[in-house]
Amino acid sequence: MTQLSSIKNRQFLMLIVFIVLFSVAFLASIVFGQTPITFQEALSSFVNYDESSTEHIIIQADRLPRAIIGSIIGASLAVAGTLMQALTKNPLASPSVFGINHGAIFFVVIGVLFFSVTSLIQLTALAFVGAAIAALIVYVLGAIGRNGLTPVKIVLAGAAISALFQSYTQALLVLNETGLQDVLFWLAGSISGRTLDMLIPVLPFIGTAIVSAMLMGKSINLLATGDDIAKGMGQNVAIVKGLMGVIVVILAGSSVAVVGAVGFIGLVIPHVARFFAGNDYRWIIPFSGLLGAVLLLISDVLARFLIMPQEVPIGVMTALVGGPFFVYIARKGVSKL
Amino acid sequence: MKRHLGFRNRSFSFQVKSKTVLMIGLLALLVVLACIAGPSLGNKLLSPWEVVKTIIGHSTGGNEFIIMTSRLPRTLASLLVGAALGVAGLILQGIVRNPLAAPDVIGVTGGASVAAVAFLTFLAGSVSMEWMPVAAIAGALIISVFIYMLSWSNGITPMRLILIGIGMAAVMSALTTFMIVLSSSVTASQAYLWLTGSVYGASWEDVMMMALLVFLLIPLAFIFSRSLNAQQLGDEVAVGMGVQVQRDRFILLAICVILTGSAVAAVGAIGFVGLIAPHIARTLVSQTYGSLVIASSLTGALLLFTADLTARTIFYPVDIPAGVFTAGVGAPFFLYLLLKNRNQF
Repeated sequence: MTQLSSIKNRQFLMLIVFIVLFSVAFLASIVFGQTPITFQEALSSFVNYDESSTEHIIIQADRLPRAIIGSIIGASLAVAGTLMQALTKNPLASPSVFGINHGAIFFVVIGVLFFSVTSLIQLTALAFVGAAIAALIVYVLGAIGRNGLTPVKIVLAGAAISALFQSYTQALLVLNETGLQDVLFWLAGSISGRTLDMLIPVLPFIGTAIVSAMLMGKSINLLATGDDIAKGMGQNVAIVKGLMGVIVVILAGSSVAVVGAVGFIGLVIPHVARFFAGNDYRWIIPFSGLLGAVLLLISDVLARFLIMPQEVPIGVMTALVGGPFFVYIARKGVSKL
Repeated sequence: MKRHLGFRNRSFSFQVKSKTVLMIGLLALLVVLACIAGPSLGNKLLSPWEVVKTIIGHSTGGNEFIIMTSRLPRTLASLLVGAALGVAGLILQGIVRNPLAAPDVIGVTGGASVAAVAFLTFLAGSVSMEWMPVAAIAGALIISVFIYMLSWSNGITPMRLILIGIGMAAVMSALTTFMIVLSSSVTASQAYLWLTGSVYGASWEDVMMMALLVFLLIPLAFIFSRSLNAQQLGDEVAVGMGVQVQRDRFILLAICVILTGSAVAAVGAIGFVGLIAPHIARTLVSQTYGSLVIASSLTGALLLFTADLTARTIFYPVDIPAGVFTAGVGAPFFLYLLLKNRNQF
């Protein structure tokens, strides 16, 4: 009993550490950048906002929205990845590997080009549809066959679906050259120049999805013991899996709608979170959310400094970190193949 | 007609099915027809007769410019690059004994793209553009060695090679995008075309380089096809048959990498031709690698030619990158292959 509570204490401690880490990253995202800003100035821009101060305007109009969007999208992507890995029992599952990013982008581009959709709600809905279709195709293709959901099949199907949607998107963009430049930056994934107006319509979805994911921690723990055991314990496995699927589509779809294709956060973070939290999804999910936010915020700060005065698209940064991690997992986790 | 045609002397012998000879002859005829059809089709239709006369140097009309500086090099480049990619894909599929392998799937093409874009970004001002193919080939080579080493753990399993290759492909595409953002000389949309691959603007220099490599390396691949035949039976059996498996594999991989790298240097990262061409070849000719090398080069050439022809004519005046077409057709085909081989993974 004492042992159990000491594990709980340790995880509680980790949670506090991660919250502190998150706060530091959030603050760094506001303070560091092309225009260095002191902590005092940042603080005073909240307490008494001065319209004539360039620093105050930068903070309120650019840095703060960026930090908020980064945190929320980072958390969504990481939680989506965690649920996907739990759902498929596959260490390589994540939104980008599943082709969800490119599926969502394809549908958004169709909406913009052919149906002149401009309202964010409609674009988000389209992103959900694209995300769901891509995820479903990859899941079905991965699940058929004698060996069930193997990492290789999922990765191959995801790569093919990504290539497919990517090529169709590209054909559409070449045929309608207008706005290619804007869409390009969005395709590479970016959280710069995004305003809070883009986040607010999807915020209720993301909030509901993350809270539901946390509430499902116990059910996911049971599911992780295996479908048969979970059924034996009285769980309705189909409903739990279906709910997880819906949460994943909502989180990944809204992320794409807001920031474009940002990959690999959903792949890397669940592994880190499991390392600290063990096998208990009641802890893994909140840890993932916090660490996902931290990773996206830090990547974003680095993206500002790497090739100053230009910025590296955030999707490129996360791929440069996440790609090697993918290779590492592929070597380590799939060595039985 | 006899079912087999044979040839035998003291040091050398071979036997091929008559059907294979017929098919290869047919494919070769189609390639020759493509050389004439390519320059005559387009926004302004030209008579095939005029095209032939212009090519052999007896130009009659004012269309020499269209034919000789635009359409003919473009046609030849698409044929040669397609042939290179087809053979590169066949070799890779033969070596890793996996129907889903291709240079673009496992990141070799990505490595070449990174090197080529890096060359454009950092060296274009100071070093002659003639060196770009060398850079692309070097990039493909380095990344192949890297992928091979990373996949090594008590030997190579095809599955691990493909997984790691896909991971590396993602890193390479991120690096390429990074370099594009970094460079001011290449605009984003130009660079985007580079990532997809387009035969648009192929020059005679590209054609000459590709011709040199294709006519040098494809015969070499043909010579080593016997070793590939033996390797299909497993490494132990191949060694037992007197094949120097490691040496041959190295040479074959080098051929594959050089063909891929030069293709990227000429037209950018065109995907899926290397995946599809060998599969079409397998349905047309017998399953020995000797005939497959020739058939894959011809089907690859025809594939890319058709893709480029469609890309530049259907949506005229917009010139869609050929890579968009090859991916649009190739990705579903890849899914079909995955479905067909679902129990192997």
